[in-house]
Amino acid sequence: MPKIHVQTRINGEDIDFLCESRQSLLEVLRDDLGLTGTKEGCSNGNCGACSVLLDGVLVDSCLVLAVETAGREVSTIEGLATPAQLHPLQQKFLEHAALQCGICTPGFIMAAKALLTNNPKPTEHQVRYWLAGNLCRCTGYDKIVRAVLDAAAVMEKA
Amino acid sequence: MAIVFLSAMLQPLTGGVSQVRVAGRTIRTIINNLEERFPGIKDRLLQDGDLRPDVAVAIDGETALDGVAEPVGEDSEVHFIPPISGG
Amino acid sequence: MAEATAEYKVIGTRPIRPDGADKVTGRAVYGGDMRLTGMLHGKVLRSPHAHARIKSINTAKAEAVPGVKAVITVKDFPVAEDRMANLGEMAVNVKLLSNNVIAADKVLYKGHAVAAVAATSPHIAEEALGLIEVEYEVLPPVLHVLDAMKDEAPLLHESMTTTELGQKTDKHSNIANHLRFVLGDPAQGFRDADVVIEREFDTATVHQGYIEPHNATALWNEDGHLYIWTSTQGAFVVQRQAAEILGLPVSQVSVTPCEIGGGFGGKISVYLEPMAAVLSRKAGRPVKIIMSRIEEFEATGPTPASHIKVKMGAKKDGSIVAAEASLMYEAGAFPGSPVGAGCMCIFSPYAIPNMQVDGYDVVVNKPKTAAYRAPGATNAAFASETVVDELAEKLGMDPLELRRLNGAKEGDRRVDGPTFPRIGYLETVHAALEHEHYATPLTGPNRGRGVASGFWFNVGFQSSVVINVNADGTVSLVEGSTDIGGTRASIAMQAAETLGVPYEDVRPTVVGTDGIGFTDVTGGSRTTFATGYAAHEAALDVLRQMKERLARRWDGEMEKEFEGQAERATVRITPDDVTYADGAFKCAKDAGKSMAFKEVAAQMARMGGPITGRATSQPRGIGGAYATHIVDVEVDPDTGKVTILRYTAVQDVGRAVHPSYVEGQIQGGVVQGIGWALNEEFVYSDSGNMVNSSFLDYRMPTTLDLPMIDTVLVEVPNPGHPYGVRGVGEVPIVPPVAALANAIYNATGKRMTHAPMSPGYVLSKLLE
Repeated sequence: MPKIHVQTRINGEDIDFLCESRQSLLEVLRDDLGLTGTKEGCSNGNCGACSVLLDGVLVDSCLVLAVETAGREVSTIEGLATPAQLHPLQQKFLEHAALQCGICTPGFIMAAKALLTNNPKPTEHQVRYWLAGNLCRCTGYDKIVRAVLDAAAVMEKA
Repeated sequence: MAIVFLSAMLQPLTGGVSQVRVAGRTIRTIINNLEERFPGIKDRLLQDGDLRPDVAVAIDGETALDGVAEPVGEDSEVHFIPPISGG
Repeated sequence: MAEATAEYKVIGTRPIRPDGADKVTGRAVYGGDMRLTGMLHGKVLRSPHAHARIKSINTAKAEAVPGVKAVITVKDFPVAEDRMANLGEMAVNVKLLSNNVIAADKVLYKGHAVAAVAATSPHIAEEALGLIEVEYEVLPPVLHVLDAMKDEAPLLHESMTTTELGQKTDKHSNIANHLRFVLGDPAQGFRDADVVIEREFDTATVHQGYIEPHNATALWNEDGHLYIWTSTQGAFVVQRQAAEILGLPVSQVSVTPCEIGGGFGGKISVYLEPMAAVLSRKAGRPVKIIMSRIEEFEATGPTPASHIKVKMGAKKDGSIVAAEASLMYEAGAFPGSPVGAGCMCIFSPYAIPNMQVDGYDVVVNKPKTAAYRAPGATNAAFASETVVDELAEKLGMDPLELRRLNGAKEGDRRVDGPTFPRIGYLETVHAALEHEHYATPLTGPNRGRGVASGFWFNVGFQSSVVINVNADGTVSLVEGSTDIGGTRASIAMQAAETLGVPYEDVRPTVVGTDGIGFTDVTGGSRTTFATGYAAHEAALDVLRQMKERLARRWDGEMEKEFEGQAERATVRITPDDVTYADGAFKCAKDAGKSMAFKEVAAQMARMGGPITGRATSQPRGIGGAYATHIVDVEVDPDTGKVTILRYTAVQDVGRAVHPSYVEGQIQGGVVQGIGWALNEEFVYSDSGNMVNSSFLDYRMPTTLDLPMIDTVLVEVPNPGHPYGVRGVGEVPIVPPVAALANAIYNATGKRMTHAPMSPGYVLSKLLE
């Protein structure tokens, strides 16, 4: 299958790559660009482990074709922390022990980031509603919801 | 002498006897002594000289770790049970 | 957030886990993230039939596809021997294990592996799969435990005969094993009872549902050495099983455990590792295989569907005098369901003088079952705890009071014979009775409250730990327990406590089979208990060596001070004269002599060289675990949907080393139990095809399905562990199904005898 040259922006950097038209963004991120922070759980849009932002919108990267990112902005988990420190969401996930195996964590953090951009002071119900597209099998979600609410409070103050 | 409990699954070989006092300071000796009284029981418990893979021994409520070499106390309770694992 | 108890400095606090930054930034390397130079991608061809004979396999067309570097079938594997081998958690039959990894002459479930391809891209590998030609002779499938047990049922294994009450028989059957446990005289017990309840229950096949699919990367080198990288609960189990299946000495197999995205018992036995290895040998390059989510559902190890009968009898005063149960578990395509554990757990919250429990291990044309968090116990508790609830109702007693009256304690006997050591069941019942949740009345229509209890053994097994002292007084702790839920932290915390150093000074790393002594799986609620035990012992070994060094040094100094004097003989310093407390060593015979831990570390090179503490553990004194749960629900009378209003999980945790992760284990187990109770099941067509093999239709709980899960950590320290630790990970999944069934009954007046209690089922009961 001939390859297509795609020019895009990932985590604020101009990136270009070659891919087949049948490759998902998830596959290209992980296998071709070495950005393995975005995880694969089901590859059919039902678990949210592959959540990224595309032009600021929360998407399952397994449902986006890599060629669709041409000329657009992709944000992945790798772009969140600065060299100096973790993002408040990342920090709160650690403080609240909101991860056990951690495989769903990048997806949850990206989804939570999108939530807090849209709604900086969500209620518990709003947090649960927004995150219902991300599956976690280890934590029972209790500490994840607490971590997101706590991060929201910290980010509000900042 | 230790008290050996004979489960419902071993009782066909013991004629219904469910508890018996047996001399022996290790499981190996106890099983050998059991065999003298209840022929055939050794084959149900041992394979190639050690405990069968589907047999574990509990002594005073604790799963034994040293197989047939496990020491047995004077008044210990001995049970042969299925091994447990986890998930 | 740290609150050390008066007793401990580190144990009981809530520090950040050492691998935290790696996991929240996505940097941690899970098995699927593995990349090696020249790596190929593997895909597995799987049977479309639930039961069939393989007549022929033709791989020629697949081999010809450009980009395909190897195609394998069972012919590329050594012939598996029909014998038991000790390959990790428990003994397994090598032939059955190997036949499950790749089918021999028959396929026994839809999804059973028959061939595999390695190619330069996963897409090419998948294309090539479609070109492998397999000729099957389709056979009728057996898809339900009761059907499989009938005399006229088609047989999965022509040579399999039933082991009846411990004796091998000649009876060819799908019943692999019939177990029986008896205590006292159940017939008499039932005659003495004033109230007898008898019920039958069904549960469906349920999956562990870990979000990360199975994966394996293998490199079979030109020198004959096999390297495996995999997401596994136990690198040493993978090593042993792969060595056995591939006919290699254990020393020729090196397994590196990657970070793992959930296991719950389902990532212990090998599936992909031998496939990747054989592909690698044939292709001469590393090969990585990752399962798709459909493969996860069709071809890994779910937990058994079951049919269970329970009969319990009590006197008017509430004492339970007799109990009987018959547990029929689907083992899947090969024998070995956890029905034995189910039998031993089912009545274990109670002291009942007369009991009989029968267990049946039955094969069916579904994937071979594997462990799932307290394997066997949840099915059993659904049945028994529902009957206990009904007993309480008939006796006019509060359901927790009935449990309190009959609760098991130290010295009471289990149905399989042994007596309980120090256990904490009654403490959990008391805590539940006294909890504000239980005292708060539940008001409103269609609402109900249910309670249930559960028991799980926990295991001990083997662990190895090494602690290397660094010159700056920090230490490196090397262990082999893959960290699925925060155990790097809980193990490091125990070492820090024993060493008397801050938690931050202990750097734990998890290594593979080349780097540490044998270590059993992360599972069985054993890791904080047994690997923590080894860490504690390794820390004591470090202190012992430091005391020896100091004794030598101080004795030498005394030599100088007392040179030529008679008193010299009385002031020899031995290691027994060196004490350690609060980070400092002191000399009992000379108050002037002391040295801090950090100072000893700094002077190692001048005091005898490097200090490495080591220990292995195979602990006894495993404390069993108990849980008692309370749940409030609201049932929609029009749809049958059950909404959870409030959930409180009480558990005896021994001693919570890191309370956040203990709470996390409880919350996670509870939510898996909720999914099991309300929605999760494998739905099969008549031909044995699972029709809901995706997360859309295999419906696990989401954030929107749940409230916060309140946990109550009751601490009855386990006398068998230096810090009183009891395993906590598994028992939380045992009560929820029954607790919800009892709550739904309380809300609707209808007894639930089938799990899942999905809206359709609940509605059908409401309309009865």
